[in-house]
Amino acid sequence: MRTFQTGWQQLWSIVGKDLRSELRARQVWVAMALFSALVMIVFYFAFDLRVENRAPVAPGALWIAFVFASVLGLGRTFAAEQEHGAMDRLLLCPVDRQVIFLAKLIGYLIFLAVVEAIAVPLFAAIYNLPILSGGLVVIVVLGTVGIATMCTLFAAVASATRAREVILPLLVFPLLIPVVIGAVRATQSLLIPVVNDPPWPGLLAAFDVIFVTLSVLFFQFVVED
Amino acid sequence: MKIQTLSPLVAATEMDGRMPTERDTVVEARTVRKAYGLRPVLRDVSFTVATGQCVAVLGSNGAGKTTLLRLLATLTRPARGSISIAGYDVVRDANEVRRIVGYVGHTPLLYDELTARENLLFFARMYSVPDGESRADALLRRVGMRNRANERVATFSRGQAQRVALARGILHDPPVLLLDEPDTGLDEEAIGLLRELIAERVASGLTTLMTTHTLERGLAWSDSAVVLSGGRIVHAGPSGAMTLADLRGLYANASRSAR
Amino acid sequence: MNTLASDPAKSGQQESSKPLGKGLLDPVRRYGEYVLGGALAIGMLVSIWAAFLGTPTDAVQGDVQRIMYFHVPMALLAFFAFFVVFVASIVYLLRRDERWDWLARASAEVGVVYTTMVLICGSIWGKAYWGTWWDGEPILTTTLILWFIYVAYLLLRFYSGRTESGARNAAVLGIIGFVDVPIVHFAVTWWRGLHPTGYVLNGATPDTPASVFLALLLAMATFTLLYAFLLLQLYRLERYTTEAERLRAQVEYGDDSAS
Repeated sequence: MRTFQTGWQQLWSIVGKDLRSELRARQVWVAMALFSALVMIVFYFAFDLRVENRAPVAPGALWIAFVFASVLGLGRTFAAEQEHGAMDRLLLCPVDRQVIFLAKLIGYLIFLAVVEAIAVPLFAAIYNLPILSGGLVVIVVLGTVGIATMCTLFAAVASATRAREVILPLLVFPLLIPVVIGAVRATQSLLIPVVNDPPWPGLLAAFDVIFVTLSVLFFQFVVED
Repeated sequence: MKIQTLSPLVAATEMDGRMPTERDTVVEARTVRKAYGLRPVLRDVSFTVATGQCVAVLGSNGAGKTTLLRLLATLTRPARGSISIAGYDVVRDANEVRRIVGYVGHTPLLYDELTARENLLFFARMYSVPDGESRADALLRRVGMRNRANERVATFSRGQAQRVALARGILHDPPVLLLDEPDTGLDEEAIGLLRELIAERVASGLTTLMTTHTLERGLAWSDSAVVLSGGRIVHAGPSGAMTLADLRGLYANASRSAR
Repeated sequence: MNTLASDPAKSGQQESSKPLGKGLLDPVRRYGEYVLGGALAIGMLVSIWAAFLGTPTDAVQGDVQRIMYFHVPMALLAFFAFFVVFVASIVYLLRRDERWDWLARASAEVGVVYTTMVLICGSIWGKAYWGTWWDGEPILTTTLILWFIYVAYLLLRFYSGRTESGARNAAVLGIIGFVDVPIVHFAVTWWRGLHPTGYVLNGATPDTPASVFLALLLAMATFTLLYAFLLLQLYRLERYTTEAERLRAQVEYGDDSAS
């Protein structure tokens, strides 16, 4: 019980430390939100969206923007700690590796949440869709957890290689396809309700549970050296 | 170079596992090997350190000093062999070892965007140091950074950051302190402080391992010295019995055999 | 501080004095390889005969259905190869024995080759049967994503070099990638709505001649032999490459190798 308490305190200390550094550095928050908006606008033109095809296509644009922004942001944000060797500061301390992973994940989720809080209303405005609802928040949270988990784990993997920027999306995108499918379909069903659709939010939650469990389990091997 | 006789302080251990008897052993490394890729960095390094000693780890660049300290700090694992600190294995009981060990590395290992004080408070929470605030303030005063406690580490000079790094290293009162070239970037005053710190540790029976390229300092500050060359221990013995000339001879030998 | 006498005879040097350690597949290596190669050659010839001449032409699809005799066994073995990667990765992380790492890498390489062939002959079959090279059929789509995962695996290995951390990271991907496969398949199937498409044997009725099943079994056996044969070769390649690099390191860095 005491170890759990210690771990819990350490977890939030790390999250607090990361957010504080990130707020001071203020490097990428704005850039990433802008980037997501830009991706959505590029899609807007690329697909020549009209009233009829807006609802089925727009959710794809939203999630592509999020996935791209997640991978792009990783190198520069709080996760800069995952730069090879910089992790030593935390690895030195008597903190369980699981706690370090969860702290990194939570920190990144908060970061993405801010970016999305800007991007989602923008999305609703650009595509002129009545989509802002509690349901959307749930779906965005579920999808983001899956994406952020894989990104956090494999950013650490990629940072140990010679080509981290190149290899990260190659590692993460194929693994994330189920999450992307689930998130896009769930978002679509908010716009055009489909009969007999699989329970996508539930599936997304299941994917998240699997991914978080695996990552917590295997993170220790990635940061061992 | 004459072979040093071992004083009782550094009682000999044999490969069969007899333990030193004169004093408690706090660090024990047995046939430790480590390679980066295929380049061997440490080859069958074995040694023991008695509690309360200050040990200087000497050797030219690339001799394996930093790797040895990183192994003791659990930042990397031995490929073969084992290391135990206060009876805890660095691989199996890594978190216990981390609690016991303080480490000051080549880089200050501080967060640039946080202030000196915030850094210490953060690490105090990581090590569950009781009374973190007062401990952090006391240490900042101690290393002479009290007046800059609330400035970001990013604005510090190398020496200033190193002072804060020293404070971080001893924050949790570690029984074993590992200092990797702690004197780099420090001014005369700070070096005096460092010396004081080490002397205090020796007086209160705490163990310190330190690497340095300033051989005079290494010999003067330590109880015993170990010289690494090409990943092997080429010499170990009490510092008092060793002269600078001996050391220079060892270094010269090392560079000759390094091909 | 004290060095333990460095006695090469006692300090685990024996392993490195014998450059080629035991391989996991050693028993097969000695004679098995010839038997395996011979059986493979015969199996290939018989399978080709069976697929093209020994079985009747499909009433609906015509000759193009004969792709099945290659496509289906290769697909099954590709999944099996990645299962081997999965198991070998787990064992590697538990035991840290590089031989399991060689096995994982070798199996991933064969698996990627098989998957590439599956995708190529799958889309040829699709073009002939459905009229399109690609129609998003769930199993084929899953296979494509599988291909991407394991190509990324090989790339990760390439970019990591032959390091321990590279092997560990690859093992993590080898495990998570394999666990992801059913999830991908599940998502892809449901993405297109819930209509199961079993095109593999959907023509199978009680009237299907026994020769079709026999030929399929034969092809299955042959591709299993091919997998085993390639795995063996690649595993040995891994092993010899490592040993060669180790020997080179011995020459370059001194008498005892990194291990």
